[in-house]
Amino acid sequence: MVVSVKNKTKIANTFIAATIAGIMFFPIIWIIILSLKTENDAIRAPLEILFSAQWTLESFSTVQARSDYLKHFLNSVVISFGSTLLGLLVAIPAAWSMAFVPGKQTKNILMWMLSTKMLPPVGVLVPIYLIFRDFNLLDTRIGLTIVLSLLNLPIIVWMLYTYFKEIPSEILEAARMDGAGLKAEILHVLLPMAMPGIASTILLNVILAWNEAFWTINLSAANAAPLTVFIASYSSPEGLFYAKLSAASVMAIAPILILGWFSQKQLVRGLTFGAVK
Amino acid sequence: MKTKSSRSSSLLMISPSVLLLLGWMLVPLCMTVYFSFLRYNLLQPGATPFSDWENYYWFITDPSFNAALINTFILVGGVLLITTIGGLGAAILLDKPMYGKGIIRIMFIAPFFVMPTVAALIWKNMFMNPVNGIFGHIAKMFGLQPIDFFGQIPLASIIFIVSWIWLPFATLILLTALQSLDQEQMEAAEIDGASKWNKFFYITLPHLARAITVVILIQTIFLLSIFAEILVTTNGGPGTSTTTLTYLIYVSSLLQFDVGMGSAGGVIAIILANFVAIFLMRMIGKNLDT
Repeated sequence: MVVSVKNKTKIANTFIAATIAGIMFFPIIWIIILSLKTENDAIRAPLEILFSAQWTLESFSTVQARSDYLKHFLNSVVISFGSTLLGLLVAIPAAWSMAFVPGKQTKNILMWMLSTKMLPPVGVLVPIYLIFRDFNLLDTRIGLTIVLSLLNLPIIVWMLYTYFKEIPSEILEAARMDGAGLKAEILHVLLPMAMPGIASTILLNVILAWNEAFWTINLSAANAAPLTVFIASYSSPEGLFYAKLSAASVMAIAPILILGWFSQKQLVRGLTFGAVK
Repeated sequence: MKTKSSRSSSLLMISPSVLLLLGWMLVPLCMTVYFSFLRYNLLQPGATPFSDWENYYWFITDPSFNAALINTFILVGGVLLITTIGGLGAAILLDKPMYGKGIIRIMFIAPFFVMPTVAALIWKNMFMNPVNGIFGHIAKMFGLQPIDFFGQIPLASIIFIVSWIWLPFATLILLTALQSLDQEQMEAAEIDGASKWNKFFYITLPHLARAITVVILIQTIFLLSIFAEILVTTNGGPGTSTTTLTYLIYVSSLLQFDVGMGSAGGVIAIILANFVAIFLMRMIGKNLDT
């Protein structure tokens, strides 16, 4: 008897939660459906769209032909992975030293790094734009890679720091006793042990860089434009071609949606700087 | 076991990050402050004379500054209200025992991974378009006049879209905090005959206070910089009804090429953001033991 009451509330919970989650997820399902329809079907009433018989992949090839999805996709991949790896390269030594050889200033440095993240980007838009113009970095992949790696550097350092802190320093000391140099200590002892943490740091920062829309829109035009810019170009009047807009949107978010599903837990740690665990 | 050599190598390893961030922050910051005191427009090449507080004066007395300040406040406040209260409800719901927990959570959290430009365009065209949008179709089904979302209630529409992106974030953080709630304490309260509401107000809410504060502060930082959602939906209009501070600075510096004015706005934005940042830093600092 008790079990059945418990089961009933469990079923009720499932029903309510699934409904709400379904509503949140609906726009994503909807563009997947629209992207598989013809342009004429896509602007009919919702129920007619659902039951119209014709399914087609036409929009995907049209989008590729017209606005060169692959080029933008490649830009996004290069910029987001490039900026994350660049940031990692600079951040690993810093996080190592703060986690294992903390000094009096460690806490202050960590907090200061965090504070750079609070600087509203629009406050430094003009100088960065002018610097980029003078160094011919506007609309280049390397320019965007640098900006995004600096933008995410504080998050990378922080995440690595919290992961490194969980590794007992005795193990590193033992390696040092056995005569391992600093390089060997980091490369052969620390990195393998911290691999899961480093992987989630990479994951979260690739996602953040992939979706970053302020700097990418303002600092790129035709050559280096990633998917954020590619989609912004559909704002008008192409936005009225629902099937094409949907296909373009699906292609822009699919890669990161899949990565995102794996990173739910790290998201909390990475975006709250360890304030919520 | 700190040796002298490990100290100096530690300094060596930390300095690239520090120097890079210092350059990234300090150089542009100083330039912004410097430009804000110059009469400097990219369309008028030549001398850029010192202009005292002129840029600040014109930026602040411009009627669109007032509008932008109010819009920013409504946008940030509205999204915070929706996401915090909604996130609290959603977190409590998702924490309950249910079937298919994993898939339900993933569906709920997915909007956070949708890039802002995509989110804004989907809602604008497929849902809020008065002719072909789903909301318009639903209104017509009930015999109502479809709402022209970005004409009649532009700011509310943007608040709605931004909330769709950030509700999963608030939920995820509150859910994480909820899972560390002491179940024994809950059971003890239950045995003592505490009602559902009492348990919520005297145990759950105080336990979540910290997480809620973090959600509010971190979201505020990001929300103050909302840009792409406005750019692809309304371009700040109609009139100035969706122009936020960030958008206003973008317009004066990159569309009107007025570097001096844009920089003055930038300095003001930095000062405003600092108010929030100070509180957030204190909270995180307390939690940090090195």
